[in-house]
Amino acid sequence: MVWDWGYAWTILPELLGALVVTIEITLLGSVVALLLGLVIAVIRRARIPVLDTVVWAFVEFVRSTPLLVQVFFLYFVLPRFGIVLGAFAVGVIGLGVHYATYTSEVYRAGIEAVPRGQWEAAAALSLPPSRVWTGVVLPQAVPRVLPALGNYVISMFKEVPLLLGIGVIEVVNKAKELSSDTFRPIEPYTIAGLLFLALSLPASILVRRLERRRAAI
Amino acid sequence: MPPSEPMIVFDGVEKRFGDHVVLSELDLTVAPGEHVTLIGPSGSGKTTILRLLMCLESVNAGTISVGGSYLSHMERRGQLVPADEKHSREVRKRIGMVFQQFNLFPNMTVRGNLIEAPTRVLGLSKDEANARAVELLDLVGLGEKIDAHPAQLSGGQQQRVAIARALAMRPDVLLLDEVTSALDPELVAGVLALLRDIGETTDITILCVTHEMGFARDFSHRVMMFDGGRVIEDAPPEQLFGDPRHERTRTFLRAIVGQ
Amino acid sequence: MDNLPRIVAVLLDGLPATVIAAVGGIVVTVLLAFPTGLALRSDNRVLRGISRVYVEFFRGTSEVVQLFWIYFVLPVLVGIQLVPLFAGVLVLGLNHGAYGAEIVRGAVASVPKAQVEGAKALSLSPRDIQRRVVLPQAVVEMLPSFNNLFIQLLKSTAILSFIVVSEVTERGIQVLVPNFGDDIVLIFAVMLLIYLVLALLITTGMRWLERIGARRLGRRPSTAARVAAVVAGH
Repeated sequence: MVWDWGYAWTILPELLGALVVTIEITLLGSVVALLLGLVIAVIRRARIPVLDTVVWAFVEFVRSTPLLVQVFFLYFVLPRFGIVLGAFAVGVIGLGVHYATYTSEVYRAGIEAVPRGQWEAAAALSLPPSRVWTGVVLPQAVPRVLPALGNYVISMFKEVPLLLGIGVIEVVNKAKELSSDTFRPIEPYTIAGLLFLALSLPASILVRRLERRRAAI
Repeated sequence: MPPSEPMIVFDGVEKRFGDHVVLSELDLTVAPGEHVTLIGPSGSGKTTILRLLMCLESVNAGTISVGGSYLSHMERRGQLVPADEKHSREVRKRIGMVFQQFNLFPNMTVRGNLIEAPTRVLGLSKDEANARAVELLDLVGLGEKIDAHPAQLSGGQQQRVAIARALAMRPDVLLLDEVTSALDPELVAGVLALLRDIGETTDITILCVTHEMGFARDFSHRVMMFDGGRVIEDAPPEQLFGDPRHERTRTFLRAIVGQ
Repeated sequence: MDNLPRIVAVLLDGLPATVIAAVGGIVVTVLLAFPTGLALRSDNRVLRGISRVYVEFFRGTSEVVQLFWIYFVLPVLVGIQLVPLFAGVLVLGLNHGAYGAEIVRGAVASVPKAQVEGAKALSLSPRDIQRRVVLPQAVVEMLPSFNNLFIQLLKSTAILSFIVVSEVTERGIQVLVPNFGDDIVLIFAVMLLIYLVLALLITTGMRWLERIGARRLGRRPSTAARVAAVVAGH
């Protein structure tokens, strides 16, 4: 007997419940990544001598090393410094900071694409730096890179299962639980996979459509 | 401000880019209300002068003053030190610039472009800024385009909006950096006519870099010929164009006018 | 700090598995990416369809799910129990091969039409055009993106710790953290350093390929290719 529909239906609610956790983590992590990434990009653009090198080193380091190791690191090290957070929070921070390094590169590309003349015209009008960013540069830079940012949110969604290593009960962890309880791995893992597909595929198509619309402008 | 005090003073200004010296020991004065045109071959330093006034570059040596205040430097405890960003921005408020590539903000409407700086920098209320915008757009003949986006305008129209945007700050000094060079030939005349109008109806000191010699002749009180980072000739247009003293000026004019 | 030698020794114990997984994964990725990428551009609808399904499926699902599926479900389904390391290499290759296929497809598409037309005008056969004109140029364009992809793959090898492969992360978490709790920061510092060095090796290798490409073709990856590599989501 390969696929037991009865069993599949009974475990579906639990898996969906865990999927909600996955989605929550994705949303919170994305907020961190999108905001922190922007901050990093603006800081690097300011080119303050020592700070710039430190931030660059940090970004390169985080980008080039496994997210899983970084999450484990936060999970085990933070308590040593008196910061006791649950696995959920550690996961959100780990994902958020890791993906902030990616989004910062995306933002940088968008900012670089804003023509120099825009900066000069803003300077010619004596606009204060905060206004140059919020009124002129970012409104031109960010819309341009929305598709790339969207793709990273989708990527984050697919990397949330890494958090099972620190015990977060997201959908794959739940599938693992279920399959070891009943010794039936087929349904839990297959459903988990299909749930990912069901969410990420439409999202990707939406992002691709957004990209095409931008390219047409 | 006493009328005899110059509006712009360059005193011993030197500007280098790496090893390349663009301006050396430059002394230059412009009186209030004067229209001065800078001509000369590319790389001769004329655009750099405008960029220095706009604080888009900083001097390596010498000082620049505008309206009696130091632009490039500031006084701190009786000493002259290089100006910080805040000081530059303060003095620079009196200077407006129009660029070759217009550089209108595409994410704002024409109205938005015009009221942005007056509200954020000069502290005008939205109503005051809007009133000023309407007035200026009528002046440049684009009143009905006030809610259009820059992308919907032609090059000539965009440049006229850019001029209005600069004027919205009620500057004492207006810098024009090859403002018609990026325009289709048939749109050039409109912009030049507008500039002539502005020159005649206001007291704004105008510093202009251009290749339009006819315009330079009609419009300027003085023409400066640049070459290799120095002013090699400085005279009223009739004299400089009619009877150039310097050989280099002669060859340059012949090449330009010959086209 | 006294425990440093011990820590390094334990982590290096895991190095062979990490390297095998990475190299194996890269090989499978390349072997899958090229045919699939070209198939995505094929005139044959069936071929295009199959490749598209493969690409969307493996890009659209989580790598961890794919790993567990191959390691836990496959045995129950068809009776094949894969050795953990092998299952890992397979999943790494299948997953990153799907992304690689898109890179290949995009790079081949980016070769200017003029090149193909010029070759046709010289009466080169379609096969020759593909092999000697289009692909070499496309490969050069692909290098920055593949660099990123391979580093991604390297980072993904850490996931194999979930199916008890004794690679670097597994050694660190299972052996070092429980026993050398006080040196926790040191443990992670060394772990991360090892991955950093491996990533550097990959980048060096890819840069070396770029140089060869430049010499043989007079062509380096365009700025657009580099920017796309940075900005591309995965």
